Amino acid sequence: MIEINNLRKRFGKVQVLEGVSLEISGGGIFAILGPNGSGKTTLIKSILGMVIPQSGSIKIDNNSIEGKWKYREEINYLPQIARFPENLTVHELIGMIKNLRSQPANDQDLIDLFGLAPFMDKKLGNLSGGTKQKVNLVLTFMFDSPLLILDEPTTGLDPVSLIHLKDLIRKEKEAGKTILITTHIMDFVETMADEIVFLLEGKIYFKGTVNELKKKSDQNDLEHAIATILTEENV
Amino acid sequence: MFKILQYSFYDLVRSRWSYVYFAFYLVLGFALLFLNSSVSKSVITLMNIIIVLTPMIGTIFGVMYFYSAREFTELLLAQPIKRSTIFLGQYLGVALSLTLSLVLGLGVPFMVYGVFQSSEIWNFGLLLISGSFLTFIFVAIASNIALKHENKIKGFGYAIFIWLFMAVIYDGLFLISLVVFNDYPLDKFSLIVTMLNPIDLSRILILLKLDISALLGYTGAVFQKFFGTNTGMFASIGVLLIWTGIPVYFINRISAKKDF
Amino acid sequence: MKQFFIVLVLTYGFLSEFSNAYANTIEVCETCKISTITEAIATANKGDTILINSGFYQEGEIIIDKPLVLLGINKPIIDGNSKAGILIASADSVVINGLIVQNIGVSYIQEYAAIHISNSKYFTIENNELREVFFGILVEKSHYGLINNNQVSSNAVNEVSSGNGIHMWHSSNIIITNNHLSQLRDGIYFEFVTDSHVANNISINNLRYGLHFMFSNNDSYYNNQFINNGAGVAVMFSKFIEMKRNRFYKNWGSASFGLLLKEINDAEIEDNIFEENTIGINIEGSTRINYKNNNFIRNGWAIKIRGGCYANIFDHNNFIDNSFDISYNSKMNDNSFDNNYWSDYTGYDLDKDGIGDVPYRPVKLFSYIVNQTPETIILLRSLFIDILNFSEKVSPVFTPDNLVDATPKMKKIQ
Repeated sequence: MIEINNLRKRFGKVQVLEGVSLEISGGGIFAILGPNGSGKTTLIKSILGMVIPQSGSIKIDNNSIEGKWKYREEINYLPQIARFPENLTVHELIGMIKNLRSQPANDQDLIDLFGLAPFMDKKLGNLSGGTKQKVNLVLTFMFDSPLLILDEPTTGLDPVSLIHLKDLIRKEKEAGKTILITTHIMDFVETMADEIVFLLEGKIYFKGTVNELKKKSDQNDLEHAIATILTEENV
Repeated sequence: MFKILQYSFYDLVRSRWSYVYFAFYLVLGFALLFLNSSVSKSVITLMNIIIVLTPMIGTIFGVMYFYSAREFTELLLAQPIKRSTIFLGQYLGVALSLTLSLVLGLGVPFMVYGVFQSSEIWNFGLLLISGSFLTFIFVAIASNIALKHENKIKGFGYAIFIWLFMAVIYDGLFLISLVVFNDYPLDKFSLIVTMLNPIDLSRILILLKLDISALLGYTGAVFQKFFGTNTGMFASIGVLLIWTGIPVYFINRISAKKDF
Repeated sequence: MKQFFIVLVLTYGFLSEFSNAYANTIEVCETCKISTITEAIATANKGDTILINSGFYQEGEIIIDKPLVLLGINKPIIDGNSKAGILIASADSVVINGLIVQNIGVSYIQEYAAIHISNSKYFTIENNELREVFFGILVEKSHYGLINNNQVSSNAVNEVSSGNGIHMWHSSNIIITNNHLSQLRDGIYFEFVTDSHVANNISINNLRYGLHFMFSNNDSYYNNQFINNGAGVAVMFSKFIEMKRNRFYKNWGSASFGLLLKEINDAEIEDNIFEENTIGINIEGSTRINYKNNNFIRNGWAIKIRGGCYANIFDHNNFIDNSFDISYNSKMNDNSFDNNYWSDYTGYDLDKDGIGDVPYRPVKLFSYIVNQTPETIILLRSLFIDILNFSEKVSPVFTPDNLVDATPKMKKIQ
């Protein structure tokens, strides 16, 4: 479904992606892991066309995305930090995105699910971080797209909402969708992810299942497995 | 593009700053008319203000908007919308809302004081056209600055500098070069240099109406042709259009390559 | 002036009465016994009236050598066929009234005119239409004349091959009123003319000057309009000229003035309107002139003082929306500016006496710069220029520092 070939990206002097090649064949949850600054978000944004790589190619369903925009109709994206125009109300924001995408949306269910009804007429600038993240989730999950990209979806969520989020992700997976997630919460990865893509210093260090990763690093626990990888690298 | 324009426009129209800007012009208009008691005198005073102020507000507001709309932009970039559409839409939204504040803010007081019945209507109209052009040009320049520089402080600094340069320093250098090269024929040179600065250009456009008597005092044949016929008017408006087009083209170019 | 009027009216009245009582009337028409004006004059006696009926008379060089009244009925046309002058009078008490005179010859040697008066007294030229003229009405060495309600026009393209509408030379006590003069070299020209009065004329689209005084003293012109001429009025080498209630409008161009003063003294300039001229008044070598109650509106330069001007007084004038109010080419000033209204004045009046509390400096630094480098005019009203002007205002370096209006009016003088 997604085919990334030798992707390179440099921000000024910092080489963030150093020839990333990756194939994600579709269906299932893929966790993109890596330490801070390993290029997770850059990789995701490249797929979305927000970051323009120096070289390499990205294909979705065998079509290059370079200079295109229409393919984003098939992607739902949850940005890492929920930042919205502060003058708009929640209601207006949702309306606006619906209007811009002109696709069918089940926003009402999600609003009910996350209990956002009382905030609908509040300006986004006045909302707490957690509430903003809920709005963010509504915007992401309200469309029915085959590819979901979630950048740190758990940030700022209370436990109840976290459970709702997990349910949502599972439901999407059951519907046969491809879901890319970046996160630092290993527990979340262990319970949710089908496969792990581990980025390190701009390269793909490991791609495989959780168990394969544990085996490779000789650890029983994912957190330790990753820690081992990182310390080994540093030695 | 229209949808983006619409959202940017509404976003701005509801922001405090648009009201401040609108109210400023409203107060300015009424104050001028009240103090001067003659529409023609007010138009002249207003010209001095518009030439300096619209570019300044355009740059500052433009830079401010593009920095503060960063979230909005990122939100839109993840949606199935063409990049150029997003940026041009936002640009037009800002430029239009500022222009609207200008036209309404000044239009209302002058209408109340009967500019439509006055012979000043053409001068006043020209003033608003120049002001609008300057707004569009300088918002576009500001957008370029904001797109080029992530650092807000730097961006603001450049924006203010560009305004100061165009509005004051440029004319200073221009004047010095005219005085220094006094012995050479300078009329072509001075027309070209004028064309290269949109603020000077709009000033000339208004001078053609307000100070034609003085402009015709200069003997140069090129000046005479430029000021004495409609050439000046058409050439100025033409070049102002080019001046609007170039930075808009660069908005497109820079935004196409930018990472978010 | 008044006395002169009375003399003139009395003389004219006496003469017409005289002619009514004792004179004969001779009629001229195309089918009459007498079919040419020349013939009629030959048969007429002193003081006779020649009635010229409407028609087309192709005649030139008609010599009027005795006091006669030429009276046109329904505007007869006398056509000179562009050969020479047409009516040439050298006698006293000639009246020419109600004629159309056209197609005068153009010459570089002779001063051909539609009506030529020389060595004559008590002449009257009234209600005539002079078309395609070289000179319109040429008066030399003549006195006590009235030129009233004539229309003089031509199609002058350059100064060399064109003449003046009303040209006066070595004459005195002439009244010129209600004439319309267009597309000539000078509308009205005075050389060595004294004690004469010009009023209610319109002089428009003339190549050089609407009205031109050379070496002429004790004259006056009131209530005239001078529109779109090379310069509205030029007064040169003359004394004691009164200029009142005239309108100088749209005299545009690189050497265009509303009023040009050169080497004149002791003149009164009052209640005139100078509107949209490149230069309202251009003054050179002029002394003891009083400018009072004039309006200067939207001129390029309201007043340009070129030097050699002493003891002039500018009092109670309105300076409204001019690009430059006053321009000087030196740092010297011997003229006074008081009680004027300046639309550019930005001072305040705390004691509410109608007079600004801060003096006004009408000469801007920029006008000095433009004098030095004319191209800089293109920077007019630039913010940079405003800043320059402001700094000069605070401490004058290039402009005369004693040139101030210490009592500027807060409101326009009505």
